[in-house]
Amino acid sequence: MLDILSDYWLLLLVGQFPQGPLGGIALTLVMSIAALLLAFPVAVAVAVARTSPIVWIRRAASIYVTAVRGIPLLLIIFWSFFVLPLVTGINSSASVTVVCALVVYEGAYLGEAIRAALDALPTGQTEASRSLGMSYWTTMMKVILPQALFNCLPSMMNQFVLIVKNTSLAYIIGSQEVTFSAHSINAQLLTKPFEVYFMLAGIYFVMCYSLSRIAKLVERRVERKRSGQLAVQGGRNSTLARASS
Amino acid sequence: MIEFVNVNKWYGEHQCLHNINERVDRGEVVVVCGPSGSGKSTLIRTVNRLEPINSGSIRVDNADVNDRSASVNELRSRIGFVFQQFNLFPHLSVKDNIALAPMNVHRTPRVDAIEQAMKLLDKVGLRHKADAYPAQLSGGQQQRVAIARALAMKPPVMLFDEPTSALDPEMVGEVLQVMKQLANDGMTMICVTHEMGFAREVADRVWFIADGEVLERSKPAEFFSAPVHPRAQKFVSDIRS
Amino acid sequence: MSLESFQVLAEPDVQRLFLRGLGTTLTLFITSSVCAYALGGVLVVFRMSGRLSSALVAAFVEYHRNVPSIVQIFVWYFGVPQLLPGPVQTWTNTHLGPFFFAVVALSLNAAAYISEDLRSGIRAVSTGQLEAARALGLGYIKAMRLVVVPQAIRGAAPALINQALGLLKATSLALAIGVNELMYVARQLDGETYATFPSYLTPTVIYLVCTLTLMFIGSRLQRAANKTR
Repeated sequence: MLDILSDYWLLLLVGQFPQGPLGGIALTLVMSIAALLLAFPVAVAVAVARTSPIVWIRRAASIYVTAVRGIPLLLIIFWSFFVLPLVTGINSSASVTVVCALVVYEGAYLGEAIRAALDALPTGQTEASRSLGMSYWTTMMKVILPQALFNCLPSMMNQFVLIVKNTSLAYIIGSQEVTFSAHSINAQLLTKPFEVYFMLAGIYFVMCYSLSRIAKLVERRVERKRSGQLAVQGGRNSTLARASS
Repeated sequence: MIEFVNVNKWYGEHQCLHNINERVDRGEVVVVCGPSGSGKSTLIRTVNRLEPINSGSIRVDNADVNDRSASVNELRSRIGFVFQQFNLFPHLSVKDNIALAPMNVHRTPRVDAIEQAMKLLDKVGLRHKADAYPAQLSGGQQQRVAIARALAMKPPVMLFDEPTSALDPEMVGEVLQVMKQLANDGMTMICVTHEMGFAREVADRVWFIADGEVLERSKPAEFFSAPVHPRAQKFVSDIRS
Repeated sequence: MSLESFQVLAEPDVQRLFLRGLGTTLTLFITSSVCAYALGGVLVVFRMSGRLSSALVAAFVEYHRNVPSIVQIFVWYFGVPQLLPGPVQTWTNTHLGPFFFAVVALSLNAAAYISEDLRSGIRAVSTGQLEAARALGLGYIKAMRLVVVPQAIRGAAPALINQALGLLKATSLALAIGVNELMYVARQLDGETYATFPSYLTPTVIYLVCTLTLMFIGSRLQRAANKTR
């Protein structure tokens, strides 16, 4: 395995770049980051819509989430592949298509994570803010979302790990990320499929495991801040919470 | 200042407010007390429309609280509300907690809002905590900040929903002190509270509520020494023991 | 993307194609589910019995959590046969097709997640329950079986139902190694007839019907389980 790694490390890392488009691990990470950044506003919108006081907005968002969660990501990728050129008029690359598919996908999943964080906030926060005369939107922007988004940072990091894993499907429509590189290597070597694919598994493992560890650290910091927040809600445990945090 | 006219409220099948007809004049301090589940919290929450009512009307400073065509935010900005659970905003410092609403509702410039916040913190004795975060404060301190936050909107009337019930006993006094000072300064207040000492010292009138009805309304001295209604009598004797 | 292309769905050949694809998907799903839940339960038991077995299970779980499912399928289908000794490999190549390896990969993957969900469920049951059961004289295993595990499963039920949903959707990955499940069939049809919209709308509808049914069954199970509280 190590000799395969030393022979093909460049292909695995950046694909055929600069002789071709960016590929390999670099493309995996670029796609993942792009998907997370673009999906984030969609997810926030979905989460706010899911908790909206207006019925039809709530329902529309629920239908979107149920539909996306009800079909495989692969199917969403195929839909994006043929719908995107029709909608935008341009034939975008496989990687861009996959990023769009992931944005639709994560809009629902990340949206649910943010919604859970919104629901978990004590109603007292909304009540206090509205009682001061602040409007629904001001309350959302200045009081509710800042807290909810901070609280769901661990979930967001977990979603990022999932995104990285999901980019492995991109090769099916022609994107040259790291799974594609592995297929190329296997096609060349032919006699060492186990080494090639186990090495691929190893590459993903290293990436995702490191990201999960970082996510755990973030989670610990958020937990510490949040136990302080419990003290803000009042109750006999307020002094106790202060003592423990 | 505040008027309840034939106010009724149902929660599903259960009627939680029965024909409430009361008024609070400017500068008056009214204490609302009663057994738990009597509807006293519900009553006070209808005043700033945190709870809707099914029939009747409530007027604050001559504005109908449930007028659908009027801005509820505008109404609420003129009513101060202090919660049992304080509900400070944990992600903002103490002074930002107080300055937030004036900046966003009255469009007060930040400099002025902060200056006002510091003055209010002086008033409640917490200027030194201006840059602290709510999680670093004790319950009593948080509640005093909550009172300052409500006062920042300069409301003509303040509502208190069991402000000391969630506090450890040694911190109750500091909050009551602030409330007494407010009353002495002439604020119109409705307080739902169990603190009978506060009622005796500061209240102009006591309303006794049980099962969603105001059964007795009298001056504190009379209420605590010689209640008229049998349920009020039981309540007062229960408090004593 | 014209509406005439939908006529292709009226052809009995096409309908049979999709039905076979659906059949394969469901067979994949049910086989993998049975193996996954059984194995998941076994893994939890191992997790709680001793330092070495706990570490092994933890490693197993971490591998399946951090490696994409499709890569796991590749390792099993392309990689593992290479490791087998000569005669075994020949037997495997002739008798075990991609369906078998897809089931293996999907089951192990799901089992890892299921064992974690069960573990969380067990941890969520307050220690007081176990203590009370032991105080009554029940042995550890009896106490776990009669008191803790039923409550753990009830608590973990939503997560476990989610795993089933995930597994159903994961069967679509078997397309990558040539299994004739729903997505493979859809792609095949699209390639032959260029009727893209109906080719992909059909599996979309089918998946939605299946997942909604699963969610419905799941919520019914949950309600029945919670009634005995």
